[in-house]
Amino acid sequence: MEQIVEQMPIVIHSLNIGFLQTLKLFFVTLIGAFPLGLLMALGSTSRFKPLSWVIKLVIWIIRGTPLMIQLLIIYYFPGLVLHNPIWGGGEGGRFLAASFSFILNYSCYFSEIYRGGIQGVPVGQEEAGLVLGMTKTQIFFRIKLLQVIKRIVPPMSNEIITLVKDTSLARIIALQEIIWAGQAFMKGSQGISGAIWPLFFTAVYYLIFNGILTILLGRLEKKLDYFR
Amino acid sequence: MAILEVEHICKSFNRTEILKDISFSLDKGQVVSIIGSSGSGKTTLLRCLNFLETPDRGVIRVNNETLFDSADPSTQRESTIRKKRLHFGLVFQSFNLFPQYTALENVMLAKELLAKERPDYKSRKKEIHGEIRIQAEGLLKQMGLEKRMNNYPHQLSGGQCQRVAIARALALQPDILCFDEPTSALDPELTGEVLKVIKELADQNTTMIIVTHEMAFARDVANQVIFMDDGYILEQGDPKQVFENPREERTKQFLSRFTQG
Repeated sequence: MEQIVEQMPIVIHSLNIGFLQTLKLFFVTLIGAFPLGLLMALGSTSRFKPLSWVIKLVIWIIRGTPLMIQLLIIYYFPGLVLHNPIWGGGEGGRFLAASFSFILNYSCYFSEIYRGGIQGVPVGQEEAGLVLGMTKTQIFFRIKLLQVIKRIVPPMSNEIITLVKDTSLARIIALQEIIWAGQAFMKGSQGISGAIWPLFFTAVYYLIFNGILTILLGRLEKKLDYFR
Repeated sequence: MAILEVEHICKSFNRTEILKDISFSLDKGQVVSIIGSSGSGKTTLLRCLNFLETPDRGVIRVNNETLFDSADPSTQRESTIRKKRLHFGLVFQSFNLFPQYTALENVMLAKELLAKERPDYKSRKKEIHGEIRIQAEGLLKQMGLEKRMNNYPHQLSGGQCQRVAIARALALQPDILCFDEPTSALDPELTGEVLKVIKELADQNTTMIIVTHEMAFARDVANQVIFMDDGYILEQGDPKQVFENPREERTKQFLSRFTQG
């Protein structure tokens, strides 16, 4: 116990740096996957069949295979098999590859949520807009979008909370996120070795961050309660 | 002079003919009631007039301007349809108000969006918004909703929602206002308040096409009654004549169900 108290400042400092990388991956994924998922949802419901088939195929592959395998293939395949390491070396390269994998993976899940949300808006809303001389774009942005957002907040919240924890999968390509940072003290780092408690302690970070997210998303849900 | 001329409109869905050669005309300031059993094509006819469906054949003219002619592809361009819709207003059976906007915003929204297309919009923005707001408030007052302007649709009764929807349609000053069974989703108590405002509009010589199952109202409000059956206009004429002395056996049969209560 005494030892842990002694190690605490060093470990916390390392874990903080790791968690910063976790947060970076989390936000980059959201920023990328929110719009890309919407584009995929519009594409998969498009009347242009080849487009909708291609997108449905991508969604099937991405949702049907583990994210961990996707990370490995996306990171290593270009360099090891094609001899063209497009991601570049070092932590920057790993982050780029991880971001790409996570955005692709989460876009697929988000697109299905969007699709459900869009299809859940009654046809009458669009027809009312059309009869009032609105363009399709106006109808989407001024009428449907907020109704879609209201519908998708609960399932989105679920995915967002899962994403926080999924970022730990980037450990598999040695991205220096918080799990990596915690594990370092098992192998030996900054004079501490054989310590497993830092790895266990990472759970506290996830728990607190998800607690904050749960409160914020709950507030958003409440805020959209003003209409039905 | 006829404000609306409909000639030989036909429409099929998946080889089922819903409208089979519909022709009628309507004079400015007149009201026509369309009655008939469910599935006779009344709603489809209104949807064709509002360009929510494209007729397979036929001609639609408003104020002598050909809005649609199945023989003339230049009248069917997607880009021009939006503006053509503005000749008509449509009040839906299920209101279709925009839930995230207040009653007032529902009435103002379309007009505000259209105002952005005006050349003088940028220089007179504030003024234009003011005008739109005053007009919308006036319409809601006319509908008896002056105390409900800032309520959201879910806070309103069905009858109030439908009156907002009527104000919303009127805001764009359509040449012809269409009603698709405006009281079918309402209980008898609320039906009365909606019929009352429609009657008031008729008294102000608003040109209207009303699809309804309220027979007494159809007779009372209209200058002309159309009885539709199986995609055809079976009988058409003065309300008194159609209701009291229907020529067709099918019309008698249909109306008898209502008089028997």
